[in-house]
Amino acid sequence: MISIFITAFIVGGLICVIGQLLFDVAKLTPAHTLCILVVAGSILDGFGLYEPLIDFAGAGATVPITSFGNSLTHGAMAEAEKHGLIGVLTGMFEVTSSGISAAILFGFIASVFFKPKGKI
Amino acid sequence: MVRKGLLTFKTMPSIATTGVTAGPLEKQSPFSDQFDKIYDDERCDTKTNEHAHAKMMEDACMIALSKVDANPSDADYLLIGDLVNQMTPSNFSATTLAIPYIGMFSACATSISTTIMAALLTEMGMSKYAVAGASSQHNAVERQFRYPIEYGAQKPETAQWTVTAAGVAVVTPQKKGTPSITCATIGTAVDLGMTDPLNMGAAMAPAAADTLYRHLKGHQTKESDYDCIMTGDLGKSGFEIYKKLAGNKGIQITENFRDAGAEFYGDDPLFLAGASGAGCSASVYFSEVIGKMMKGEYQRVLLIATGALLSPLSFQQKDTIPCIAHAVELTMK
Repeated sequence: MISIFITAFIVGGLICVIGQLLFDVAKLTPAHTLCILVVAGSILDGFGLYEPLIDFAGAGATVPITSFGNSLTHGAMAEAEKHGLIGVLTGMFEVTSSGISAAILFGFIASVFFKPKGKI
Repeated sequence: MVRKGLLTFKTMPSIATTGVTAGPLEKQSPFSDQFDKIYDDERCDTKTNEHAHAKMMEDACMIALSKVDANPSDADYLLIGDLVNQMTPSNFSATTLAIPYIGMFSACATSISTTIMAALLTEMGMSKYAVAGASSQHNAVERQFRYPIEYGAQKPETAQWTVTAAGVAVVTPQKKGTPSITCATIGTAVDLGMTDPLNMGAAMAPAAADTLYRHLKGHQTKESDYDCIMTGDLGKSGFEIYKKLAGNKGIQITENFRDAGAEFYGDDPLFLAGASGAGCSASVYFSEVIGKMMKGEYQRVLLIATGALLSPLSFQQKDTIPCIAHAVELTMK
């Protein structure tokens, strides 16, 4: 029980370290960093490597943004098996639709009720 | 006499009065008790950040002119600038104030480039009241040059915080008991290939050191002649680099070296390397420095405002950041 917390912490932390290094060492912008991590997750799943990582680290692998790339590929491959090539297009947002819809919905609500202010 | 960017003002025009306005966050600045007006709302009760930007400048001009019992209609020239695209905030202020206007852009060095031009017009006998200055508004500037504030992007410790402030000086023919402008040095643009807009202090430091060196050599003065040599917004990390570069040129670094950006927010680590923005040097020079001169604490000062001459487009195209520093010398004689 405790060990899953530790592995989640270490694996999730390592993914974040990669992101921080992309910021600080490679001097990439936040948008570039985000895209690289999503694409990395997507490619890892294409080789069937991301699911084992989730089995091993749990939330450590599902919470970081790499998991979004994993879900994109996952949905695309599952639908492709059922419906062929067109399934790649329909399946991509099959698993991720809840996340995307939530982002749009909550973004909309926030923009209706709040006005952006300075950070402090 | 004008020689390679070195100007000497024989008539010694005066900075008769100043006006400084600032945003709510700037209350925590150690200089805040010297600001003329601090707003409670970061948008100055206007609809947009850019309108607030223009309002701060208008109010600063009105306050400065009112101190010499003048109205905007009495002023001969308005020489101001800011960092927003095409300087629309300054343009809007100029519309409201209706003073003959030239918008001037030297990025964060605008406070001094405008003061030099105002002094020149006065020296030529063509101006009785010339209003010079610069302003910046945090939200408006950050969203243009870095990221929109609501994006909440992470910043490295070399990053600086754009101040919300406006500072103007009313330049008049020589007037007893006020600081006079004796000479100035127009900077040359220096580009050492820095590309990181989150480390502008390092990019600007060579320009500041270059202008300091040229001023001392050209006007045949020594660093020890000044009670204060204050740079604009190098920030904590840029200020250290500048002192090192100046030291390499054989200039003695003393306690009299100050940087408005490094001091603006005190030691609060939340502001990382300190303050930046066109309003940074303008608000500190035209409150703290002029105040100390009026009180007799400073007799002779050298103000070197530094500017990073980048645009959002040049940054996106991965171009380097050319930088500039202009210097003006004030004396209480």
